[in-house]
Amino acid sequence: MSNHGRLSAPGRLSGAAEGDGGAGTATEERPADNHLVPPGSLRDLALQHGLKQTAIVPPLRSYVVDIWQRRHFISGFATASNIAMYTEARLGQLWQVLTPLLNAGVYYLIFGLLLGTSRGVPDYVSFLVTGVFVFNFTQRTFITCSTVIRETLPLIRALPFPRGCLPLGYVLIELQQLVLSIAVLFVIVVIAGEPVTPYWLFIIPVLILQSIFNVGCGFILARWGASIDDVSQLLPFIVRTWMYTSGVIFSLQTLTLTFTGKLHRYPTLAYLLQINPAAVYITLVRWALLAEYRDALPGAKPFNHARCVLYRTFPGNPKYVSYSAYCHPSTLPSIPSLWVWGAGWAVVAVIIGFLFFWRAEARYGRG
Amino acid sequence: MVVVEDLHVVYRVYGSNSDRGTAASALLRLIKRQRRPSIREVHAIRGMSFVAYRGDAVGVIGRNGSGKSTLLRAVAGLLPAEQGAVYTDGNAALLGVNAALLEDLTGERNVVLGCLAMGMTKQETMDAKPRIVDFSGVGDFINLPMKAYSTGMGSRLRFAIASAKSHDILLVDEALATGDAEFQRKSHDRIDELRQQAGTVFLVAHQLSEIYETCNRVIWLEKGKIVKAGDDVPGILDDYLVAAGSEPRFRELAAARVE
Repeated sequence: MSNHGRLSAPGRLSGAAEGDGGAGTATEERPADNHLVPPGSLRDLALQHGLKQTAIVPPLRSYVVDIWQRRHFISGFATASNIAMYTEARLGQLWQVLTPLLNAGVYYLIFGLLLGTSRGVPDYVSFLVTGVFVFNFTQRTFITCSTVIRETLPLIRALPFPRGCLPLGYVLIELQQLVLSIAVLFVIVVIAGEPVTPYWLFIIPVLILQSIFNVGCGFILARWGASIDDVSQLLPFIVRTWMYTSGVIFSLQTLTLTFTGKLHRYPTLAYLLQINPAAVYITLVRWALLAEYRDALPGAKPFNHARCVLYRTFPGNPKYVSYSAYCHPSTLPSIPSLWVWGAGWAVVAVIIGFLFFWRAEARYGRG
Repeated sequence: MVVVEDLHVVYRVYGSNSDRGTAASALLRLIKRQRRPSIREVHAIRGMSFVAYRGDAVGVIGRNGSGKSTLLRAVAGLLPAEQGAVYTDGNAALLGVNAALLEDLTGERNVVLGCLAMGMTKQETMDAKPRIVDFSGVGDFINLPMKAYSTGMGSRLRFAIASAKSHDILLVDEALATGDAEFQRKSHDRIDELRQQAGTVFLVAHQLSEIYETCNRVIWLEKGKIVKAGDDVPGILDDYLVAAGSEPRFRELAAARVE
């Protein structure tokens, strides 16, 4: 904010450089013939007229209000992008449902049938499809949000609006897709023989928490992706690793409980993996949606040492598969504690993410 | 109103000649722990000061690469200043040469989203939509994705959207050059209207007659610095023409007009 380096010379007569001729007459030494600078400090003049400096971060409160005023823009942006995304595909919007279905099919083929990961899980198909659909929500949000600033550059450069609307819009797009996926999920699990219970209502708060978490992370990734292109290259690998460690296609509980499970000897690691946000939201949705899974969760039934040992020794035996309910291990987080974790992750992510994105508001769209 | 005080803008550009851009050279760079050598700094604006008041239409002229577009983007608040500052009294809308806002969406959706993004309410947007479509003159194309538009049609629609709301500052960067004669007349009228609503308009154009017709002030840039600035529009335009090796003609035109 220096106002002393001004070298312009107000008061010079016009026409001084007339007839200089030739290209590139602007020599470095000659002071500019500038009649648009009034005498006195420009900064004082600006403040006198109540002007505000541009390209600085707006105050937090007015930023939030601005975003709230643009809520119709956010929802309109989401709906429009959703429609545009599939306009060139022959099957159109159908891909919103087909993509997660095909994903689940591939994972079932490889992990369910070929590798036999289904050991120790009752009703593996519902378990798998639920996991894939719920994780897909977070996965897609992460990947699309990391490119949001680059993809909407013409819009950013043309119109003034709080840029925080853009990641919010992208999360909303994925939320709209999720609602469709959840409808498909209901059909699949009913066909797979799950009963419809009041527990299904718990899906709504879980998905709200997951959406809030996604918004927070979306903000962070949007800022990173805006300045570092490497993020969008690296992100698919990180997200895929995250998927394999979050119990999407196999059960973390089984890996921890059974004697042959890979996590059996690492209780701390097992606990950490299960309280990671993706695992928390997936487990909660499964708990709400799948009756057999809920009944077989460790701790669901009174402790029974013999039955627990049977499960831990023969998890692949369909006779003992639901005996995991009789185990009461300290290494597995209970459902109430998962709710706390889920809410905690959401609140922490959205606060940090929003502040992080807001701090760089003046820098989006430059370069 | 716009106050620009000793403004310096520096671009950081990735990927210049010095890097061969192969995977091996990137790896070597990482091993040697060098910063990306391909980052080059371009000092696009080197100390500019001026004041533009409400109701002003300021023409910005200069050769390619003299910093015209950079100046407009800095005024719009899209480029942070390296040194100095830009002060404005409100929202700025920048119209550039890119043809579309969101090119996968239809013109109609772009109109609606553009209005909402500028902070209009749903009702205001619905009211403004027919006017915008009408003004842009794209006709039946309004229902096609904007990527199907010609450059001229795209910039007409963009201008129509951005000028639908009376911005405090409207920055037009060659956006009118691609329009036809009829549209140029219409947009000229619209800019006059915006000026009367006490807005400030900045206009970058290589067609000097456009500046002559529209602007009451001119800034002539060269290598990121102001050569001349003031409200003697025909005079500065003629000096610029002479510097570029052409015949001056605007003083005569202005004199003829007075008579």
